Amino acid sequence: MIQIDNLYKKFGKNEVLCGIELDITKGGIIAVLGPNGSGKTTLIKSILGMVIPNKGAISIDGKSIKNQWKYRQEIEYLPQIANFPSNLKVKELVRMIKDLRQCESNENALIELFGLTPFLDKKLATLSGGTKQKVNILLTFMFDSPLIILDEPTTGLDPVALIRLKELIGTEKEKGKTILVTSHIMQFVEEIADRVIYLLEGQVYFQGSLDELKKQTNQNNVEHAIAAIATTSHA
Amino acid sequence: MLKILKYSFYDLMRSRWSYVYFLFYLALGFVLLFLNNDVSKAVITLMNIIIVLVPLIGTIFGVMYYYNSKEFTELLLAQPIKRSSIFLGQYFGVAGSLTLSLVLGLGIPFVLYGLLRSDAIFDFSMLLLIGAFLTLIFTALSFNIALSNENKIKGFGYAVLLWLFLAVVYDGLFLMSLILFEEYPLDNFSLFATMLNPIDLSRTLILLKLDISALLGYTGAVFKSFFGTSLGLFISFLMLTLWTVIPVLRLIFKSRKKDF
Repeated sequence: MIQIDNLYKKFGKNEVLCGIELDITKGGIIAVLGPNGSGKTTLIKSILGMVIPNKGAISIDGKSIKNQWKYRQEIEYLPQIANFPSNLKVKELVRMIKDLRQCESNENALIELFGLTPFLDKKLATLSGGTKQKVNILLTFMFDSPLIILDEPTTGLDPVALIRLKELIGTEKEKGKTILVTSHIMQFVEEIADRVIYLLEGQVYFQGSLDELKKQTNQNNVEHAIAAIATTSHA
Repeated sequence: MLKILKYSFYDLMRSRWSYVYFLFYLALGFVLLFLNNDVSKAVITLMNIIIVLVPLIGTIFGVMYYYNSKEFTELLLAQPIKRSSIFLGQYFGVAGSLTLSLVLGLGIPFVLYGLLRSDAIFDFSMLLLIGAFLTLIFTALSFNIALSNENKIKGFGYAVLLWLFLAVVYDGLFLMSLILFEEYPLDNFSLFATMLNPIDLSRTLILLKLDISALLGYTGAVFKSFFGTSLGLFISFLMLTLWTVIPVLRLIFKSRKKDF
């Protein structure tokens, strides 16, 4: 599905990605983990073409994404920080994104699911952080694309919304979609992820299932296993 | 690109500032006609205002819009849209709505006053055309500045400095060089120097159209013999077009390489 070959990116003097090699196969939920500043968001933004790598190649379904834009039709992206044009109403934003993408959408079911009906006529600037995140999720999941990228999807969500989100991710996985997710909430990762990619200092440190991760670090808890990687590598 | 243009344009049309700008020109048009009681004289006064104000508003609006729509831009970048379409759409949205405010705001009072029956219609159209060019040029320059500067304060600062340089400082330097090199033939130099600044070029074009070049003495005669011909006019508009196209090309080129 996604092949990443020897990817380098630096911002000024700060080398964020130093030679990422990844081969993400189709289907399932893949969690991208790593400490703050390990390059998770940069990696995701490189896949989306928002960050232009210094070196290396990314291809999706065998086609290089360099200077391309049509491939984004096949990707749904949930940004980490929900920044929306503040003078638009929720309804207008949904209509605008639909107009821009020009494809089938099922926004009504999602509006119902997350209880967004009372907010449809409100301006985005007046919404709370959690509600904004729900709108963010709505915009991401309302289309039917084979690849879904979620950057910290749990931020600001209440328990009810979190359960709904997990169900939603589950049903999308059933449809055979590939879902790439980053999170710092290990419990969430443990519940949903099939495979884990651990980034450290701009490189892929570990790649495999959660069980393999526990075995490799001699821990029986994912949170401790991750902490073990972080501490041993810095020692 | 047209979709982005549509959204940017609507977004601006709904904002208060477009109306303020439109109403300002509307009021200016009515007041000038009321005070001058003559279309031709009003056009001259208007020229002095347009030459300075249009670039300033284009610069400020461009920078402001770019920084304010950062979120919108980031949202669009994750959608299946070409990068150049996003930025060109926003640029033409801003420049288009500013031009519309200018043309409508000044056009309405002049048409009501009887512009269509007066001889000044060509001068007036020329004024609006040049106003439109200046809007396009300075919005493009300000978009370039904003794109190259992440820091809003710096971006604003550079944009205002650019306006100040082209509207005020350039003329000062130009005059000083004329005095300094008094003893040399300066006809071609001053023609050339005028061509390099879109504000000066616009001013000269309108002044010569208004047939008051006699006031400029010998220089006026030289200018008239150049800008007055169709070749001169053609070259002048070519320069204005270049001033528009080059910043727009840089905008496309830079936006392709930027990280968000």
